[in-house]
Amino acid sequence: MQDEGDAATTREVVLAARGVTKIYRMGEVDVHALRGVDIDLYEGELLVLLGASGSGKSTLLNILGGLDTPTSGHVRYGDWELTHADEAELTNYRRKHVGFVFQFYNLIASLTAQENVALVTEISEDPMDPTDALGLVDLGGRLNHFPSQLSGGEQQRVAIARAIAKRPDVLLCDEPTGALDFRTGVAVLSVLDQINRELGTTTAVITHNAPVGRMADRIITLSDGSIQNVETNATKAKPSELRW
Amino acid sequence: MSPLHKKLFRDLSSMRGQVLTIALVVAAGIAAFVGVRCTYLSLLESKEAYYERYRFADVFAHLERAPDTVGEELLAIDGVARVQTRIVDAVRLPMEDMLEPATGQIVSLPEHGEPVLNAVHIKSGRMVEAGRSDEVVVLEAFAEAHGLEPGDHLPVVMNGKLRRLRIVGTGMSPEFVFAMPPGEMAPDSARYTILWMSHDAVAAAFDLSGAFNDVTLKLEPGASESDVMTRLDAVLERWGGAGSVPRSHQLSNYGLEQEMGGLRSMANTAPAIFLFVAAFLLNVVLSRLIALSRPEIAALKALGYADRRIGLYYLELVSLIVLMGALLGLAFGNLIGGAFTQMYTQYFRFPDLRFRLDNGVYGVAVAVSLISGVVGALGAVRRVVRLPPAEAMRPPPPADYRRSFFERSALFAMLGQATRMILREVRRRPLRFSVSVLGIALSVGIVVVGRFFADSMNYLIDEYMQSAWREDVAVGFLEPVSMRELHSLEGEPGVFRAEPFRIVPARISFGPRHRDSAVMGYSAGSVLRQPIDRDTNVVPLPAEGILLTRKLGEVLGVSIGERVRVEVHEGDRPTLAIPVAGFVSELAGLQGHMRLGALDRLLHEQDTASMALLSIDPARYDELLRRLQDMPGVVSINRKAVTVERFRRQSGEMNHIFAAVLAFFAAIIAIGVVYNNARISLSMRSRDLASLRVLGFTRAEISRVLLGELALQVVCAIPIGLWIGRKMGEGIMSFYDAEMYRLPVIVSGSTYAFATLVVTAAALVSALMVRQKLDHLDLIGVLKTRE
Ligand SMILES: Nc1ncnc2c1ncn2[C@@H]1O[C@H](COP(=O)(O)OP(=O)(O)OP(=O)(O)O)[C@@H](O)[C@H]1O
Ligand SMILES: [Mg+2]
Repeated sequence: MQDEGDAATTREVVLAARGVTKIYRMGEVDVHALRGVDIDLYEGELLVLLGASGSGKSTLLNILGGLDTPTSGHVRYGDWELTHADEAELTNYRRKHVGFVFQFYNLIASLTAQENVALVTEISEDPMDPTDALGLVDLGGRLNHFPSQLSGGEQQRVAIARAIAKRPDVLLCDEPTGALDFRTGVAVLSVLDQINRELGTTTAVITHNAPVGRMADRIITLSDGSIQNVETNATKAKPSELRW
Repeated sequence: MSPLHKKLFRDLSSMRGQVLTIALVVAAGIAAFVGVRCTYLSLLESKEAYYERYRFADVFAHLERAPDTVGEELLAIDGVARVQTRIVDAVRLPMEDMLEPATGQIVSLPEHGEPVLNAVHIKSGRMVEAGRSDEVVVLEAFAEAHGLEPGDHLPVVMNGKLRRLRIVGTGMSPEFVFAMPPGEMAPDSARYTILWMSHDAVAAAFDLSGAFNDVTLKLEPGASESDVMTRLDAVLERWGGAGSVPRSHQLSNYGLEQEMGGLRSMANTAPAIFLFVAAFLLNVVLSRLIALSRPEIAALKALGYADRRIGLYYLELVSLIVLMGALLGLAFGNLIGGAFTQMYTQYFRFPDLRFRLDNGVYGVAVAVSLISGVVGALGAVRRVVRLPPAEAMRPPPPADYRRSFFERSALFAMLGQATRMILREVRRRPLRFSVSVLGIALSVGIVVVGRFFADSMNYLIDEYMQSAWREDVAVGFLEPVSMRELHSLEGEPGVFRAEPFRIVPARISFGPRHRDSAVMGYSAGSVLRQPIDRDTNVVPLPAEGILLTRKLGEVLGVSIGERVRVEVHEGDRPTLAIPVAGFVSELAGLQGHMRLGALDRLLHEQDTASMALLSIDPARYDELLRRLQDMPGVVSINRKAVTVERFRRQSGEMNHIFAAVLAFFAAIIAIGVVYNNARISLSMRSRDLASLRVLGFTRAEISRVLLGELALQVVCAIPIGLWIGRKMGEGIMSFYDAEMYRLPVIVSGSTYAFATLVVTAAALVSALMVRQKLDHLDLIGVLKTRE
């Protein structure tokens, strides 16, 4: 499935997974969340992951981001084999290279927008200024607001600012618009698109809205733990042109 | 400041209710531990310093009369470092402000210079001057009790002659910290005193010029006490020596050691229980609090924070809370330690008794709290960070939702919705529920611990003493009197019945062990005093032989049928060998009991009594008292009600303050536990509860769900806690093995009721505070974020 042979191949592979399976033991039954997935993330691309609920999208993204380990298979970041990495190495991997955006934002309630971003810049090597990161997501005026004082979309934008402030090599977003209305969703996607273009951050976005795929370089569809389809867009749509 | 530190301080301040109550739990544990233990240590230290500075002797001996030159002989004994010869004798003080005469001892001071041993600490006024035959220094406590000051005069009957002595100073000495007449249960500063007078004046009054009748020794370091005593007794044999007494048996020191021993077992047990209960609760509360932050911990991990850094964060959080508790505990501990010590200064008179906080003890208390908190917190953090962050970000695995047999029963269907939710919650997290119940039960238990000692003391006073002493008045005579004289008392005003009673001061020994105590003689058919056991049952006296206090039997290591040596300390001072006929489990003292007839036969006396026990018409007491005072040979007149009351006051005051302080701390701990329990369930279930509110449930209805669970915990905890309290009481008492008292573990109904009340009140206060939170539940906010 990897030999698409067009635009993507000209770029370098940043993150590669081979034969990744994930099995959850639930007492008597085994849940096969992933069944031998091979996937490459190319430098600077914007990838959209589609798939029915329960198809294994989050599981895959978590494994790629070092939040979880596969039951079998390999994950490689550049030359770095993550499969056998220990907890400290995974932490280091996340800290240096990965930015996460979750459906439920996962901001720290007792920290302001700026402080939530600073939480990450604190422990990064060459971070952006938290104010600049928030400026990028158009929240420069809400620096000192606490999450509870922000709307869902604004909170998600803080989460994005927090994820990108460390200038990650890979940005992983699990249903970033899942909790948002259409307009706010588009705004959030615009931010992701803009960051992908301006900073060249490899970005993977999980979504339930198939039309979102139009803004991606590639669309991968998961089904029951396996990759069902890979599609490459010749031309990417602007987020503002999307409808769902 | 780093964002994590900002988070730390914001979290602390937003949880301030919880933080404060947890800190108070820590403070209560530390304060109880530090306050009580350091009071004990301060007493111990003051005592040691007192003994050292005022040269408390090692060996004491009383004799009839020996020329001063014998002193040189004693100094020559191997191992003797210093010798102080002196004159000590009994005196009577017919005080104007008391109907009964006070009694006491007069102690001679060297004509010139300080006593070599047992120096006097002058509290007010000055020392007696050489050559002044009317000057006297009086025991400070006695002076206080009678409002006497230097310059006042004191009537003293010395050697049968009444004299008016001038008080020049008040003082105290390590020899008389516990000044009480032999055979008494509690010191009575108004009725017993020590007078210090210049040697020549005492010698003149007792016809002992150029002689002494009492000697105290200081030993060389490393010298054998028993060898010296054997040599000393051999020398004094010729001079009517009554047998030497080592420091450990010296009356005041023995009483003091006993009291301190009791205190020590108290100081070792009760505060430790408090500290450990508080530490345990801290552990539970913190681990729960942190379990709640599971999503935050996961988010930090996802952002790339290392486990170690996250652990450090919680370490800081816990340390700050414990530090707050430690500072509060230090303040409280100093406060109650100061108050306890202040109380003890009234009781143990040391020249310099001040509360000193021991850094080691404080350090231990803080360390125990800190370790327990850190273990609880880091355990919870570890449980979260061990999970892959992907999993930790999800809420904990859903509970087992199968319906139990009970839930399928018809009874369950009849219960209201709220009750069903409560019962399901309990069933789903039985461990959590049990730990909550245990926590509350422990706080109930420590309220009981705080009070049971007072209960046991009350039993001793109200039940035991009342049954043991049925007389109204006990009259003591200088010399044993005949039965005829004694029964003539029945003709005195208001006397219904007069019974003879004999107390023979004696040293009871078996093999190498001995105790200085007394043998009680009971006349046949006497009803006013009979030996009774700890359950107040009368123990019948055998026709022959002696009944010993069970504890005395244990101390001596003697069994029934063996003979104890009884060295009588009065009259011709015979030494008797008496077979042990049995043991009585008595609550107080160490003594022997015999039939008066059998005792008289052994003493080769007939029908004698040293005391008369009277049952009287209380209305005519004053009249009787005046008649008794005029009788020659009457040395003491004790009204039982007064004695018991004095004892109650002395022990009661201290126990009540102790109990009140511990109950206060226990209540703080109870509030801390119950409140935090409720707050944590609130946080855990706020989403459910908010959903219910959104569905249209009223505030009262959702409160019922949460507070109902709390109520269920409290209801389950109370009986368990009362039981735990009693068991802890038994544990403490098993350490409290003083020779003076052997208190039974009595927990009164009112203590059980009080403990129940304290914890119920704590629960109500917590419920009200939680109810406030419930009423302000942020419906939208709670639903906006994922739990
Ligand atoms: N912790 C877990 N324990 C057991 N099974 C799990 C666990 N996490 C995920 N699963 C199962 O693994 C499968 C894949 O889950 P995953 O969360 O990756 O799906 P998804 O594609 O992200 O779905 P959605 O679009 O609903 O978020 C599902 O069948 C899910 O039930
Ligand atoms: Mg998912």
